[in-house]
Amino acid sequence: MLKILKYSFYDLMRSRWSYVYFAFYLLLGIVLLFLNNDLSKAVITLMNVIIVLVPLIGTIFGVMYYYNSKEFTELLLAQPLKRSSIFLGQYLGVALSLSMSLILGLGIPFVFYGLFESSAIWNFSLLLITGTFLTLIFTALAFNIALSNENKIKGFGYAILLWLFLAIIYDGLFLMTLIMFEDYPLDKLSLVGTMLNPIDLSRTLILLKLDISALLGYTGAVFKQFFGTNFGLVVSFIMLSIWVVLPVLRIVFKSKRKDF
Amino acid sequence: MKKSIAFLVVMLMAYFGNAQIVEVCNSCDITSVSEAITAAKDFDTVIVKKGIYKDYNIVIDKPLTIIGENHPVIDGELKGEIVTITSDNVTLDGFSIINVGTSYTEDYAAIRVRRSNNFVIKNVVLEKLFFGIYVEKSSYGKIYKNKIIGDAVQEYNSGNGIQLWYSNHIEIENNYVAHVRDGIYLEFSDDCLIKNNVSTENLRYGLHFMFSNNDTYQDNTFKNNGAGVAVMFSKKLKMLNNTFKENWGTASYGMLLKEINDAEIIGNTFEKNTIGINIEGSNRIVYKNNEFLNNGWAVKVRGACYANSFVENNFLYNSFDVSYNSKVNDNVFDRNYWSNYTGYDLNKDGVGDVPYRPVKLFSYIVNRTPETIILLRSLFIDIMDFSEKVSPVFTPDNLFDNNPLIKKNTW
Repeated sequence: MLKILKYSFYDLMRSRWSYVYFAFYLLLGIVLLFLNNDLSKAVITLMNVIIVLVPLIGTIFGVMYYYNSKEFTELLLAQPLKRSSIFLGQYLGVALSLSMSLILGLGIPFVFYGLFESSAIWNFSLLLITGTFLTLIFTALAFNIALSNENKIKGFGYAILLWLFLAIIYDGLFLMTLIMFEDYPLDKLSLVGTMLNPIDLSRTLILLKLDISALLGYTGAVFKQFFGTNFGLVVSFIMLSIWVVLPVLRIVFKSKRKDF
Repeated sequence: MKKSIAFLVVMLMAYFGNAQIVEVCNSCDITSVSEAITAAKDFDTVIVKKGIYKDYNIVIDKPLTIIGENHPVIDGELKGEIVTITSDNVTLDGFSIINVGTSYTEDYAAIRVRRSNNFVIKNVVLEKLFFGIYVEKSSYGKIYKNKIIGDAVQEYNSGNGIQLWYSNHIEIENNYVAHVRDGIYLEFSDDCLIKNNVSTENLRYGLHFMFSNNDTYQDNTFKNNGAGVAVMFSKKLKMLNNTFKENWGTASYGMLLKEINDAEIIGNTFEKNTIGINIEGSNRIVYKNNEFLNNGWAVKVRGACYANSFVENNFLYNSFDVSYNSKVNDNVFDRNYWSNYTGYDLNKDGVGDVPYRPVKLFSYIVNRTPETIILLRSLFIDIMDFSEKVSPVFTPDNLFDNNPLIKKNTW
């Protein structure tokens, strides 16, 4: 598995897209820092970008890579190799190279700006950790979609639909539910609703760590009591890990049974 | 004739000029403040040397100047009220007064001023107190350079730092009040000036106004109080150049205005509060040159607020700039700077060409269903706000700033 991971990883490192992705974040980091001159403001803006873009790029890139390297995969399948290690290797190759572009692209400008002397370092680390989690989750979901659909167009369609659902439509439904049941106590429901969507969960985690945390008024206190404590943080990260593990298990399961 | 005039002068000197000095110390003839007051005549000066004096229920019933040298300590041993001023023209200067008794039936105070005019209380340090300085039915007094530090834990068994009750023309300046229930509390007190005070970490309000008209408060700092500053049922107040900071909490605001009419709120800074200003039933108020910085809600309008004007303020990086809970708007917004403004200025006159709508649809939704706040900064909410901005349905459609500034207001 490690060998395949290495191949995929180096293959991607040599590809143009990784560089574009890396350069994009590098540029974003530099521009934000020079325009804002305020580290915690820059972290908030970055959060907005990361919450939307990382899942999108993770999904599209994952699907694209799977379809593109299909011939290579079929070649590998002819070798005496475990199927799970082939697909997991490929998945990790994509996910890790994307995460690396993200971490390096954002990290370098911030380190030069003087991150280590700043109090924003924890917020920034949290941002990178959730960004990495989102990459792992959405690449895994993309591989699932690609494995289940031979038709490329269909696969891409589902991938975009998935992103659209989790990034936008879910929040709309969530909002409608909350408004519809406004006569009932909603704090439990809203906590569960947030936990179920990795994008919402990441957003809330970061928001509550930033200064806005105390500004959410009465209901904000309920969320802060949960997410602000170590218990809430641990539960959130367990939830994010589940979001990684379940799709990865399905990759293993699906790839074993798939007829190539 | 000459002789008699000289005699008269001598007599007058004896009467007025010969104000005597009474000294109090642990090894003097007089060893307690109460004894000194009994011994002193009107307009005498009592000088209390450094030391610890265990005493309570000290009643100052003559016009005296009582000065503490090097901060002598009066220890009330938690028995009750410590100093009561009942005469006019009393000056109390330079004491530390500690251990005021706590009672649920009487408001024991470290210093109580009752029906006295022209009193001066300065350089006093109050600690371990129930009520600090309690002024009732007294006028033309000055309270300055005092330090009041309580240890209040719960609202029901703690008192206020400086409390005025039916007292007019009082000047409260350069005081520091912390850890009490209400830092400064005015009830039925008109024409007072509250200036340069710091009121911080109090259980309830930093400053609390009730039924007090024509007062001015300026250059004060209110920081990290339980619920900020509350101004209620008062008319013609002036609130100038104050700082309201870090009043964070579930029901906390920089300033709460309730039933306030004809006030001026100019040059204040509201920074990092859950709600900058919470307005209810307040009319004809001028908000000018204020800075709203990093608040959850900069201005929350609860209803029944008419003919207010918000002119030349800076709204910087607030989660919500203005929030309304109805569609009716009778307030004017003009020439403010909004950091969330996205318009353009083609003719370069410093005024944006597109009006700014400070009320977002999301703030309307959050008002209705507070739990939806968890969706703050979600992409869906941004899209929704954008479409509401283009064609307002739920938010007041006549509420906009026609002349949003491109650059920050400076003053």
